[in-house]
Amino acid sequence: MDQGFFLLFASVSVIAALMVVVARNPVHSALALMACFLQISAIFVLLGAPFLAVIQLFVYVGAIMVLFLFVIMMIDVREAVLQRFLPGGNLSALVLLVLLGLEMVALVLRSGRFAVTEPVAPGGGDEIRQLSTTLFADYLLPFEVASVILLAALIGAIVLARKESG
Amino acid sequence: MVPLWWYILLGVVLFVIGAAGVLLRRNILVVLMSLELLLNSVNINFLAFGRQYGDFRGQIFAIFVIAITAAEVAVALGILVALVRNKSTLKVDDVTMMKG
Repeated sequence: MDQGFFLLFASVSVIAALMVVVARNPVHSALALMACFLQISAIFVLLGAPFLAVIQLFVYVGAIMVLFLFVIMMIDVREAVLQRFLPGGNLSALVLLVLLGLEMVALVLRSGRFAVTEPVAPGGGDEIRQLSTTLFADYLLPFEVASVILLAALIGAIVLARKESG
Repeated sequence: MVPLWWYILLGVVLFVIGAAGVLLRRNILVVLMSLELLLNSVNINFLAFGRQYGDFRGQIFAIFVIAITAAEVAVALGILVALVRNKSTLKVDDVTMMKG
C-alpha cells in the first residue's frame, strides 16, 4: 500500500521536475515546480513527518511559488520565452551531469546496508511534541540564528527591489 | 514499508534533474527554480535517514533548510528584479559585471 503510493508520488514528482527543466516558458516551469512540491509534501507524509509536510505546503507552495509567480508577472517574460535549452558549448556540463547521476545511482544501489535495518519508529505517537522539544532544547541557538537570517533577508529584499527614486 | 534506498534514489534523481537545470538553462528564473529542486531532494534524504534511524535531527535540519531557502529566494528574486530594471535581461550569460 505504502509502496504503491510512494511510486505514484515519486513518478509524478520526477515528471514534474523534468518539466521544470525542459519547459521553455518560465510560467510553465513555475507551475510544474508547484506540482513537484505538492508531491514531495505527500512523500513527507509517507515518511512519517506530517509537520514537515504542512511546512512544505505553507512555505514552498504557499509563499515561495507565489513569490516566483509574482516576479514572473512583474517582469516581462516574453523576451525569455524562446531561449535555447541546450546551447552548443555545454557539452562538458552534460558529461559532468551524466557522470554525477551514474555515480550516485551506483553508490545507492551498491550499498546494500540500507535495506537491512527496519526503520525505527521515532517517538511513539506524540511526534510533533518531541520534535519541538528537541528543536527548542538542543537547537535553540541555530533556531534564533535562522530567524535573524530571515530578518536580514527581508530587509535585503526590500532594499534590493525598491525603486531608486527615493 | 517503503525501503530506505527508494527514498535515496528519488533524492538522487531529483538532485540530478535540478543540477541539470542549474548547469544547462540560461534563464535565471529557471536556474533559481532548479536550485529549489536541489534543496528539496536534500530534504527528502534528511527525512528518510531521520525516519530510518528514529532520530528527529533529520526533520530539524530539514526545517533549517526550508528557512534558509525562504531567505535565499527572497534575496535572489530581489536581485533579479533589480537586474531586470537595470540591464533588462534574464540570461545568465549577459550578467558579467563581476567578471574580472
